[in-house]
This record gives sequence, structure tokens and C-alpha cells, in this order.
Amino acid sequence: MPPEESSPAHPVVTLRGVGKTFERGTVALDGFDLTVRAGEFVSLLGPSGCGKSTALRIVAGLSQASVGTVETTAGHSGGIGFVFQDPTLMPWADVATNVRLPLDLLPGDAVTSRDAVARALASVGLTEFAASYPRELSGGMRMRASIARALVTGPQLLLMDEPFAALDEINRFKLNNDLLALWHDLRRTVIFVTHSVFESVYLSQRIVVMTSRPGRVFAEIDIPASQPRNEEFRTSADYAGYCRQVADALAGAMAVTS
Amino acid sequence: MTGDRVLRMALPAAMLALVVLVWDLTVRLFAIPPYVLPGPGLVATTLIADRALLWQSLLVTLSITVQGFALASIGGVFWAVVFNQFRLIEYSFYPYAVILQVTPVIAIAPLLLIYMPQSLAVLVCAWIVAFFPVLANTTLGLNSVDHNLLALFELYKASRWQILMRLKLPAALPQMLAGLRIAGGLSLIGAVVAEIAAGSAGAGSGLAYRIAESGYRLNIPRMFAALLLLSLAGVAIFLVLSAVSYAVLRRWHESAIRRER
Ligand SMILES: Nc1ncnc2c1ncn2[C@@H]1O[C@H](COP(=O)(O)OP(=O)(O)O)[C@@H](O)[C@H]1O
Ligand SMILES: [Mg+2]
Repeated sequence: MPPEESSPAHPVVTLRGVGKTFERGTVALDGFDLTVRAGEFVSLLGPSGCGKSTALRIVAGLSQASVGTVETTAGHSGGIGFVFQDPTLMPWADVATNVRLPLDLLPGDAVTSRDAVARALASVGLTEFAASYPRELSGGMRMRASIARALVTGPQLLLMDEPFAALDEINRFKLNNDLLALWHDLRRTVIFVTHSVFESVYLSQRIVVMTSRPGRVFAEIDIPASQPRNEEFRTSADYAGYCRQVADALAGAMAVTS
Repeated sequence: MTGDRVLRMALPAAMLALVVLVWDLTVRLFAIPPYVLPGPGLVATTLIADRALLWQSLLVTLSITVQGFALASIGGVFWAVVFNQFRLIEYSFYPYAVILQVTPVIAIAPLLLIYMPQSLAVLVCAWIVAFFPVLANTTLGLNSVDHNLLALFELYKASRWQILMRLKLPAALPQMLAGLRIAGGLSLIGAVVAEIAAGSAGAGSGLAYRIAESGYRLNIPRMFAALLLLSLAGVAIFLVLSAVSYAVLRRWHESAIRRER
């Protein structure tokens, strides 16, 4: 649900002046600012190597910022779900075991975890495949399993790093729609990394366009198009207009870079 | 698919029949005396005539091999895990594991025979050659964990123990099993080498000892019979370990999955 205009929701993630320099001297991020409010769907858009993954990993606590402040209200255990570009499933375990992993790692009891796994699997339409092994599934189904795993703890914040980049267009569109439906139902906050203008416009309420070397925010573009977004929206003039606007911003960001 | 399977069984069998036939014909045609090259028939009769003796020797060699293999497997996996968990221990000891590996066991065996009773020396030789492949392969497996999976475990604040048991060890299984498969064959070689080194001086009664002893006595047919048993033992070990590996990896690892077309 889009937050109401009059009373903006509280911020779930606030990055201020975040910089990240790797050991070899690569400056991945410099003066990066980002505020994401509860219930928002925000995309990070930028060319490959501009620091999108680095920013996401810093938000998740998987990487430490070199400078700047990182605040999140989702830092408690199980408060953050992360979906990687690859499904990143354990090949030796069946789908249900993979989805249950976060609950196995966090303290909790078995009964509630069985319900949670069933719910997560149902939410991505994989109930029938609980006992299948990852390699028996198609690429799209593996990605669904990966999303189910990220959702199983009921996270406040869902971080997705180009999750559909490796899928074919048909599967990508389908998963885009399913993700939007999930976001609607669950009212989670989502930060979605992509290098696709079309995908970012279709999904997001707000798009953060990044420059590379160093990675920082070039422009923020609101996509106020009303919900629900569906195939009709994908072919609408509105959509095409937003895409042009975002593509221009991205071209601007790339010009700054080079 | 089944056609392919039939071929895979039939071709080696036909090859074997051909070799035996040529062997037999050569021995007959050139009237080669049995103390130079016994024919297949004679080897087979010797195998049956000496079965009590040879069977006894086979059991001795196999038992040493299995013990050496078991100790090498347990030790190899254990030390791989220790090295993986404690960098400083790895730095301290890994070079010596390599030295143990690169020094030919045939050169170590006579030395061991001086300091230990023969049965123990043979066991230690079997262990030495089998230990390193398990250690090296398991170490490789433990280190080749998917970085994103590791990140995921960190995201959910997994303990070191959880990372080891739920992530690193299962991920290392394919390499570990490959190491075990190599180790099985090598521990047989180690046992044989030590028995040969002990030679006639030894009080052993393993298959390799039988070969050496038969050689001194110019009992060439028995040499061949013992050698045949040794090869069969090696093949059996390989088959058993391959079957175990297949059974464990069947559901998930590419190496164990038949490609369907
Ligand atoms: N672990 C790392 N060590 C060194 N450099 C890294 C590491 N991770 C990323 N980088 C560098 O940081 C920059 C940003 O990378 P990344 O965040 O992965 O970009 P993106 O996800 O936008 O493609 C790149 O130049 C990349 O080479
Ligand atoms: Mg990336």
C-alpha cells in the first residue's frame, strides 16, 4: 500500500553520507544518502559496478560502511530478508528445508516454523514442490524458493539484488507481477536493485538512479502511477513516459560517470 | 540409454575375452613354459588349487587396507575441519602433510619396518598414502562454499558450529567423497608396498607377500593368481566407494545425475 501523503510512514532505512572503500582502494560508494520509509517499494537503478550491491549489503549488515551512518529499524534477527541474483539455494537440501533455513538458524520452535514454511511456500506457489531438490526446478521456480526463504521470517524489510536478471522475459514478467502482489498483501518495505529501466518503473514507487565510481545518488524519481500495476500498465502511455524520464536520468548519470 | 548401458558392459567383457584368448593362444603356439608365462587356464587352476592359502592372504591384505582407509578417512576429514576452523593450525601443519604426501611411501616403508612390528608398519603405510587425498579434497570442499550462502548464514547470525554443520560439511561432500574414492585405491597400494618392502624377511601373509614369496620360488602361476586377486580387490574397493558416493549425491550433485536428452 502506498503510504498516505499526509502522514509519511517512519523510515525503515536511513543512510547518511555512506562511503565504502575496499581494501584494494576501489571506492564503491561515496556520500551515498538513502531514506526508505515503511511500506515503500524503492529501486536502486544504475549501471553495473556502480555500487548497488554494496549499498544493499551495507543495509543488510553484511558489509560495514567505511564512513557515514547506517540506521535501520529492521536490524533485529529475522527482520531483514535478502534475495540474491542467483537463487543461492543449498543443492543438498529439498525446497522445504531451504525455505526453513532462516528459522533453523534463528532460535524458535518447530511448530510455528512448520506453519511459516507452509505459508511462505504457498505465497510463491511452490507448495507442491516442497520435497523437490533445487536442481529439479526451473530457474524461475528456484527464484521463487529463494524469495520464499527470504519471506519465511516475516521480515520487515526485503532486500533484492537483481533477483530476476538471469530469468527469461516471460518468467521475469510473471515474477514481477507476483512480487507486486506479495508486496501488496504483506505490506513489506522493499529495496530492489536492478539495471533495467523497465523493471524499475513497473515495480517501484520511487527510483534512485545512481552514478558509478564513486557510487552516489544522481536522481530520485517518484512513480506515482496508481495501483494495481498489471499488463495494462505495462503497455500504457503513462508507463512509456516514466520509462523515458528514468532512461534520461540514467543516461545523465552515465554521462557524469564517463 | 539402455543400449548404451549394454554396450558399456558388453565391450569390456568382449575385450577381456579377446585378451584371454590371445594370451592362451600365444602360450600354446609358442610353447611358452609356465615359469615364464603361465596360460590363463593354469592361472585359474592355481587360483582354485591354492584357494585356502590365497583367500587367507586376501583377507589379511583387505583387512589392513580397510583399517588404513578408515583411519585415513576419519583423520583426513577431522584435520581438514580443524585446518578450516583454525588458520594458525593449518599454517603450522599443512606443509608437513604435503611432505608426507610427496615422499614416496616405498622409501618410507623400510624405515617404518625397523621401528615397528610389521603389521603396524603395513597399516601405517596404508594410512600415509590414503590420508592426504582425503585431507586435500575435504579442505578444498570446505573452502569452496558459495559466498552468497555464507552471507545468508551471516545474515541470520549463524554460529560457527551451524555454519560448519549445515553449510560447509554438506557443501564439501562431493569433494570429500572424491577424496575417499582415491584413498580407497591408495590404501591398498600402501599396504602392498609395505608388504613387498618387508619381503621374505617379514612374517606377513598378505597377498603382496605371497607374490614376493612365489617370485622367489619361481611359482609364477601363483604369482599371477595372487596378482589377479589383488586387482579384483582394488576394483571391488573402487566399486563400493563409487556406489556409496552415488547413493549420497544422487539427488543433488551434477556428478551423480544422468543427463537426459
Ligand atoms: N568485495 C569486494 N572487494 C573489492 N571490490 C569490490 C568488492 N565488491 C565490489 N567491489 C567493487 O565495488 C564496485 C561496486 O560493486 P557492486 O556494488 O557489486 O556494483 P553493482 O552491484 O552495482 O554492479 C565495483 O567496482 C566492484 O568491483
Ligand atoms: Mg550487483
